[in-house]
Amino acid sequence: MTAAVSLRATGARARRRAFVNAAMHAVLGLAVLAALVPLFLIIAVTIAQGLPAMTTEFLTSTFNFSRRVQGGGYLHGLIGTLYMGGLATLMAVPIGIAAALFLTEFPRSRLAAPIRFFADVMTGVPSVFVGLFVYAVLVRQIGFGTFVGAVSLAIIMLPIIVRSAEEILRTVPGDLKRGSYALGARQWQTVFRVTLPAAASGLTTGVMLAVARALGETAPLVLTALAAQTVVLDFQGQGQTALPLLIFREARGAFAAGQERAWAGALELMALVLVLSIVARAIATRRAAR
Amino acid sequence: MTSRTTTLNPGGIASSGRGRLGDRAFRWAVAAGGITVLLILALMIGSTTLDALPVFSSQGIVDFLTGITWDPGVSRTEITGTYQAGVFMFGTLVTSLLAITLALPLSIAIALFLSDVAGPRVARPLAYLVELLAAIPSVVYGLWGLHFFAPTVLKPVAKFLSETLGFIPIFEGPVVAFNPFYAGVVLAIMILPIITAIVHEIFRAAPAAERQAAYALGATRWEVMWQVVVPRSRPGIVGATMLGLGRALGETIAIALLIGGGTTINISLFQQGESIAAKIVNTFQESAPEAIDALIALGVTLFAITIVINMAARLIVRRLGDLSGEAIS
Repeated sequence: MTAAVSLRATGARARRRAFVNAAMHAVLGLAVLAALVPLFLIIAVTIAQGLPAMTTEFLTSTFNFSRRVQGGGYLHGLIGTLYMGGLATLMAVPIGIAAALFLTEFPRSRLAAPIRFFADVMTGVPSVFVGLFVYAVLVRQIGFGTFVGAVSLAIIMLPIIVRSAEEILRTVPGDLKRGSYALGARQWQTVFRVTLPAAASGLTTGVMLAVARALGETAPLVLTALAAQTVVLDFQGQGQTALPLLIFREARGAFAAGQERAWAGALELMALVLVLSIVARAIATRRAAR
Repeated sequence: MTSRTTTLNPGGIASSGRGRLGDRAFRWAVAAGGITVLLILALMIGSTTLDALPVFSSQGIVDFLTGITWDPGVSRTEITGTYQAGVFMFGTLVTSLLAITLALPLSIAIALFLSDVAGPRVARPLAYLVELLAAIPSVVYGLWGLHFFAPTVLKPVAKFLSETLGFIPIFEGPVVAFNPFYAGVVLAIMILPIITAIVHEIFRAAPAAERQAAYALGATRWEVMWQVVVPRSRPGIVGATMLGLGRALGETIAIALLIGGGTTINISLFQQGESIAAKIVNTFQESAPEAIDALIALGVTLFAITIVINMAARLIVRRLGDLSGEAIS
């Protein structure tokens, strides 16, 4: 590096500075290693522990009659996760993108600044608190179930979608919109035929990252979906389960068979979430390349 | 040209009444979306506070926050138990502070390494990996901490610390199977990617000209990092720290699995503890309605703490200009 040139000068001070420089580089390197090792370990160990238990039976069946024994699987959890995740996406995406459009299309509205700020604040709300909230307003009236679980996930997704969609919509070139207006298109026509299509891939990225975040959530589901022993397709009125719930439950259980299933479940959940994140980023990168 | 004009039909759309109505409908629809966000937050604060009010008023706010007795009652209609959150407040504080203390220096080191030491061919995949790790669900961190990291790595460390530094109260033995130390370290690993991503973005935003100026004056790379990049990024680092702290305070599942479910305040990191969020998920299913109201009161307390920290953090980070990145969300 250029910096090295001046250090060739002799003198105690220069030597000391060169030494500090080298020493601190070593410290930095060690710190990076110290931080990366556990992070690598989490992926490595989950794969190593989860893969042997990840049988066809695990993927395609629900609990056995006894959770002490080996066998059985998390099919009900996978279905619950996808069911609630899908419903939550259906709820959060239209509202979130509408809110983002409000922020970008009507930036001078008096509501824009508070909405932006409080969407930010909402991203920091502890997810367990979201669960308590949905419990207080919905579960106490209509009971546990798929729908209320999905509502809690939607509330977690909503601010993430608003903020990412706003950022993406902002990057749509003004010339495109002005071109549309110049052709006589109305605002809503411009939004639906120009702005949204131009932002489509970016919006997809944002939504997928939000979904990935929601699918991994456990705490709000403990308070809203509760639990289920088998596949539940009811929309509401009966407890529902999800991969994180089953992992949480069996992780602390005393049975070795249960812990094995928990590892396989963790691998399944991690794969689901990471694939979503990786595909989302790949879409974003391809857009950036264009 | 003429054919084009006919297909696009300019002005034709604009003059139609349908178009004008469409604009108004559009405006209302998107405004409704925005207002929904505000309504949800308002409802969130209002309804939970309302449910928690009987608990706060029967215990008194100060006693609720500082007392150390949690003795739930079984009533459906009134508050008969004693609900004081001191033990859980303490546990939340201890694990979060431990996590931040461990994660912050490491995050700054990784961010510096990514922005100033490593070339793009190392830095880009590494930054990508760090962002991916932020996406791993907390229940996976919890399972991994509980059945791998705590027994194989942290237990020997804890034993060693309690044997050599046991005279310091926070390291006093014996080391029990689940404790705030394990919870705090795993929490540190969880928030590390989040803080790193934000700090990295802030370091990258430092102008190249300032770095080059320092190099031109003969500064070593370390001096550039420590005397140019870090000082000008200090508000951003503070903001990132507070966002990380907010995340740590609200983290539930990994801590619920690791902290041990204690019922008293232990100064030692190696004795069972309990955090606010962990208490909520650990006792929710066996709680009577009045005890659930008390858990909601715990949630409101946690919410209030994290909101204050988050708002402050965002005000600080926002002053630096708009940082993109899902790291912040």
